[in-house]
Amino acid sequence: MNTVATPPEPATSPAAPKAKDVFKGRVHPDWCPGCGDFSVLAALQTALLELGLEPHQVCVVSGIGCSSNLPGFLNTYGMHTLHGRSLAVATGLKLANHGLKVICTGGDGDGYGIGGNHFLHTMRRNVNLTYIVMDNQIYGLTTGQVSPTSVKGMITKSTPYGSVENPINPIPLAIVGGATYVARAFSGKQRHMIEMMKGAIQHNGFALVDVFSPCVTYNKDNTYQWFNPRIKLLEDQGHDPTDLHRALDRGYQWGEEIPIGVFWRRTDLPTLEEQEPVLHTGEGPLAWRKLGIASDQAKALIQELL
Amino acid sequence: MNRTDFAVAIGGENGQGIASTGDILARIFARRGFHLNAYNAYQSIIRGGHTFLTIRASEAPVGCVGDKIDVFIPLNQDTMDRHLHLLKTGACAIYDQEKVKPGRPADGVQLCPMPMKELIRGNKLAANTAALGATLQLLGIELDPLEAVVTRQFKKKGDAVVAENVAIARAGYDYAAQHFTAFPWKTPRGAKPLGVITGNQATAMGGAAAGVKFYAAYPMSPSTGVLMWMAAHARQLGIMVRQVEDEIGVMNMVIGAAHAGCRSMCATSGGGFALMSEAIGMAGMIETPIVCVDVQRGGPATGIPTKTEQGDLWQVLGAGQGDYPRIVVAPCNQLDLFHTIPELFNLCDQYQCPGLVLSDLLIGEGTSSIDPADLDFNVKIDRGELILPNGNGDALVPSSGYNDSTYLRFKNTESGISPRAVPGVPGHIFVAATDEHDEDGTLISDEFTNPHKRRLMVEKRARKMKALAQQITPPRLVGPENAAVTLVGWGSTQAVIREAVENLAGEEGIVANHLHIKWLAPFHAAEVSRVLSRSKQVIIVENNYSGQFARYLRSETGFDAQGHIRKYDGEPFMPHHIVEAVKEQLARKTRLSVPVHEVIA
Repeated sequence: MNTVATPPEPATSPAAPKAKDVFKGRVHPDWCPGCGDFSVLAALQTALLELGLEPHQVCVVSGIGCSSNLPGFLNTYGMHTLHGRSLAVATGLKLANHGLKVICTGGDGDGYGIGGNHFLHTMRRNVNLTYIVMDNQIYGLTTGQVSPTSVKGMITKSTPYGSVENPINPIPLAIVGGATYVARAFSGKQRHMIEMMKGAIQHNGFALVDVFSPCVTYNKDNTYQWFNPRIKLLEDQGHDPTDLHRALDRGYQWGEEIPIGVFWRRTDLPTLEEQEPVLHTGEGPLAWRKLGIASDQAKALIQELL
Repeated sequence: MNRTDFAVAIGGENGQGIASTGDILARIFARRGFHLNAYNAYQSIIRGGHTFLTIRASEAPVGCVGDKIDVFIPLNQDTMDRHLHLLKTGACAIYDQEKVKPGRPADGVQLCPMPMKELIRGNKLAANTAALGATLQLLGIELDPLEAVVTRQFKKKGDAVVAENVAIARAGYDYAAQHFTAFPWKTPRGAKPLGVITGNQATAMGGAAAGVKFYAAYPMSPSTGVLMWMAAHARQLGIMVRQVEDEIGVMNMVIGAAHAGCRSMCATSGGGFALMSEAIGMAGMIETPIVCVDVQRGGPATGIPTKTEQGDLWQVLGAGQGDYPRIVVAPCNQLDLFHTIPELFNLCDQYQCPGLVLSDLLIGEGTSSIDPADLDFNVKIDRGELILPNGNGDALVPSSGYNDSTYLRFKNTESGISPRAVPGVPGHIFVAATDEHDEDGTLISDEFTNPHKRRLMVEKRARKMKALAQQITPPRLVGPENAAVTLVGWGSTQAVIREAVENLAGEEGIVANHLHIKWLAPFHAAEVSRVLSRSKQVIIVENNYSGQFARYLRSETGFDAQGHIRKYDGEPFMPHHIVEAVKEQLARKTRLSVPVHEVIA
């Protein structure tokens, strides 16, 4: 049996929470004190609030890892899926209910390592999703092993003599991979991160926000102190996010100056959902449609077999 | 012969038009009201290799290709050399007299050499069409229906191609009338025209009937036919069909769509299923209903991609780590696939768990005739305790209130079933987590791994299986209870075992009965034990090496079968394989028979 959700109560209900608490989850984060992810969570809650979204209109989908625990700390619908699979799950969710705001959250290992294949293909499809990667350049939940974004030479528990592999640079990868909004933020600049997230959530297409979210426990190299003097805002430097080559150049920049901000944005490409006529029949989201085959359709299907 | 029952076999290289010739013949037989079953033994290459298509047609329903070939059409020398010696008295071989030299056939086999060069007028691909015309003549089928069927087959290629093919078939028909001896019987007409369907089509159509709105797949033989049907009909039926980067993505996407409230489905084969395993466990953990079809082929690894096997039983039973409830069902034929998918969707929705279907190449790619009246798309749809934002008028579930702070997505109920809200419903916010979680979805590991809660939640999920087991039909013994031998099979072997039982009685005077298992998990252990404990001798028939079902039966019932018939050469059982194996086992010569497949050497 299906069930009707009864209409909303008036907003004056005495039980209605205060606006700032709307997106606060019932569980307090269990991240290490000082973890960059606290800032990401707060920024996301503020971004959702400032965009005027209601909790039931949003579903946050994560993979596995420290940062992937985020949906549990947030008052929206959530899915805490498997390691690396958030984008695939989110794509199915979004196609089934294209009215939902679907936001994926996870870490660098989850998204660029085990989930790398889904990352590439979700970008080229331009699914209308927001993907927030809390990039701490280390595997934290497994207590400190090398990650796909760990810099070459980094000493970790699984690379005691220093990593000999080159890291992934998610910014150029996303730009050439087909993402239509590519931004980077830093946990130490929360107001800037909120703007990056709001832009991503409002963007019509696949949006990546790669966030430097330092791991204060296992990454002693890429710390707040290390990032603070290096971080430069693209917005302060007159960067034009519609200039592909400049976007790539700035994306590759690393070292004494590391840019954050919107590297790349294009609005001329249709999303996957927009190109699927099945979603535009005027019957609402796929998930809520009436099931079953009309008798004339059934007749036509049988006719094909004769 | 008391009923007309014959088989036509066409063999040659891939790319010689064997499949289209087979389609034309099958359709002519079916439109005539003849039942049929067709199986194509082919190889995983697009051109070349050896392909051997057998179409058996009969006045009575047939579920396997049988034991004999009546009309043999070797399109190349290789096919002639491999198969001619298997023809028996009364059969005929139709071939190009310039390209193919016959060997020495058995007595009473009619050789039908045809001057193809003259008949096909320069169209090198049309020898099969001329042979098809000759076949119809020998079978006593008038040529009239051919034109309509050829038009259907080649209409995309234009009128000229249709006209040419019809003319060539006619030339073959006339040549046969003048030079060959037709069968002493004429193929009669059946009661009413039938359709033609593959199991993969039936699977997809069953999904459509069930209300599937999301279908995802990665192409993998022999399951790709389901994807192709879904893709071709997606827009007309309002189904979102996606080809995904890999099967891991497929299953995760299907789960995402199902979690949002869609009926979601995918099909794959064993290798793809292996990649899906972890995610199937997620469906179990977050209690999301999905349906996944494993169209089995020979394994392990890449195995034999174009050959059949029942080798994935334990993979499916054990998919994913940990304990979680799942439904496993092995439909027995094409029509059964069509009926099972909607039934399984209802069960999955009611019990909020994954439903896994074991099909295989034999029935998935195999073709069967079908009575259009049996394809009822107006199926029962029961979505269980689902809370959608727009509902369907039923407001009896108390947990449907707006901003109901008491809503527990994973509520510990007596049945184990918890009302399921989908994202987007106001007031039912929850997180579905693959970590063990409490009734409200909170991760147990967020506080400390509470052993009492963990136990509660494991038991809540497991409890769902109790009521489910009552809802599915137990297997039924077919045949006399005091038979000398009981044959036990599962899934796609139903028809061939049934025919072997008939032949044992008819030709050998051996009384056998047959117990066929369709629902594998939950398993009807008590019912099956009751039947088998009364049997004089139990022989398990299955298409794999290690006796996967025999082991499963033992694990569920403690019952150890007296004998086994197993085949793992990639080809399906033929009735005589089972008949001969039963005879040798009744004579106490062996307890394990592995029939040799004669046809493809």
